[in-house]
Amino acid sequence: MEIKGKVWKYGNDVDTDVIIPARYLNTSDPKKLAEHCMEDIDDTFAANVEQGDIIVAEDNFGCGSSREHAPISIKAAGVSAVIANSFARIFFRNAINIGLPILECPEAVVGIDKGDEVEIDVDSGVIKNITKGTEFQAEPFPAFMQEIIDAGGLVNYVKAKAN
Amino acid sequence: MGMTMVEKILAAHAGKDKVRPGELVNAKLDLVLGNDVTTPVAVKEFKKIGIENVFDKERIAIVPDHFVPNKDINSAEQVKMIREFAEEKEIKNFFELGEMGIEHCLLPEKGLVVPGDIVIGADSHTCTYGALGALATGIGSTDMAAGMATGEAWFKVPETIKFVYKGELQKWVSGKDLILYTIGDIGVDGALYKAMEFTGPVIENLSMDNRFTMSNMAIEAGGKCGLIEADEITLEYVKGRAQREWTVYKSDEDAEYSQVIEYDVTNIEPQVAFPHLPENTRGISEVGDIKIDQSVIGSCTNGRIEDLRVAAEILKGKKKAKHVRLIIFPGTQEIYKQAMKEGLIEIFIDAGAAVSTPTCGPCLGGHMGILAKGERSIATTNRNFVGRMGHPESEVYLSNPAVAAASAIAGKIVSPEEVL
Ligand code: SF4
Repeated sequence: MEIKGKVWKYGNDVDTDVIIPARYLNTSDPKKLAEHCMEDIDDTFAANVEQGDIIVAEDNFGCGSSREHAPISIKAAGVSAVIANSFARIFFRNAINIGLPILECPEAVVGIDKGDEVEIDVDSGVIKNITKGTEFQAEPFPAFMQEIIDAGGLVNYVKAKAN
Repeated sequence: MGMTMVEKILAAHAGKDKVRPGELVNAKLDLVLGNDVTTPVAVKEFKKIGIENVFDKERIAIVPDHFVPNKDINSAEQVKMIREFAEEKEIKNFFELGEMGIEHCLLPEKGLVVPGDIVIGADSHTCTYGALGALATGIGSTDMAAGMATGEAWFKVPETIKFVYKGELQKWVSGKDLILYTIGDIGVDGALYKAMEFTGPVIENLSMDNRFTMSNMAIEAGGKCGLIEADEITLEYVKGRAQREWTVYKSDEDAEYSQVIEYDVTNIEPQVAFPHLPENTRGISEVGDIKIDQSVIGSCTNGRIEDLRVAAEILKGKKKAKHVRLIIFPGTQEIYKQAMKEGLIEIFIDAGAAVSTPTCGPCLGGHMGILAKGERSIATTNRNFVGRMGHPESEVYLSNPAVAAASAIAGKIVSPEEVL
């Protein structure tokens, strides 16, 4: 899968409460959630994010709550992938389960700035910074997780196994 | 080479003799949990799987606790949807308002989690049950859906960090302070992907309620789970409640840990975590002059009977400061009733507190205690992220119940010593 988009950049410990504040959790409608995505850390995000854009952040992205609403709102906002130094465990799992591509690549985080145009080949983990003409290699997923991703998420994976 | 408690529990549930950190295993689940925020998404995903029945009607627990009593029409719709799902699938452990409590106080109390279990819950503080010697961990709604359908989940066997607590606990220092101190030391990603094991003579003498508080906040260090070996104190709590047989797993002497961290608790004073991360901890003597608008005592971290007793000890015969709103919410109906019997509720009301029915309420900025712009709350909850209790420009300081009660009286963050 090939992804291309403009980058939104954030720092360490971006938590699920700023990704989607609890005051909006009385719905599970992805479109409504997307309207408030990242609101408490960046109130320009939801209005300006474009289909295909990429989030780049530092350590421990998605820490805090187990709310799947967090990766759902990011995906529904149009974001095509998240690159970070590391992800919080539950967010990592949720992103894989719902089919939001995430990549761990500290070199890319250093080498990409806000607004850069970036292209990702999810299967090979190659990240290209088109603006700066640089290239990075992210850690590939373990085979088992790649199977879930290839199936299009956990639900499809379980469904295929059940039938 | 021996195994840690977590490795043994995973091996037993995966039908293996041995597992090693890093290995991916498929394990049988003893319980699958969801709440009113996460279950609606799980129900939608469950329907997509296309399996008619849940794997076991007795081994799913659904607890509407976040926005109950329903705070608005949307919340009411969410609870209605999961109630109907529970009825249709004949899920035994659906806890209706009036019979419920905050999920992580409720499940152990009802004996739904026992030592040696594997529990997944679509709520990050599912790690609370580690205090019972169970492997309990937070997952998302899709994992909950798959768990309800298959009774299994995949796990990466985590490395374990062993924490050893030695020395003498000082007055007003509790499990909350030990875990805040630990998070302050290792950071909010200090145990990322890892299991935490809390051990040592201090833990061996710690009450069950204080142990729950510690395991509850393992996630605040990024941990997958936070376990305490089941001992006599655990079994005392479990007996008479347990709805199933249990198994006590102990880490082997020669088990391999990624790290062993020792603390002498003698010098630890009550801790306060400053905004906006639980790792921003300071001893109470270093806090300085922080005026507060609100004090919140409760939540799955500190809403148990011992927490209320400590708060009452300090509030007895005193009044909260005029400008402070003091909100106290017991964790479950049983805890609420016990607090009534012991006269604690009267002490709280006389001190000027608003005592609420069990709910998550203000802990996640849901309802019943939201902060306005620029306001500050001290809270016995577990997170002080930006906007956690209301306006993005409000602030939450985390502490134990004694400090939160004392601060309500003083109108600023103080040590209990200062109001007694
Ligand atoms: S009390 Fe707070 S931390 Fe605990 S389950 Fe409820 S919202 Fe989550």
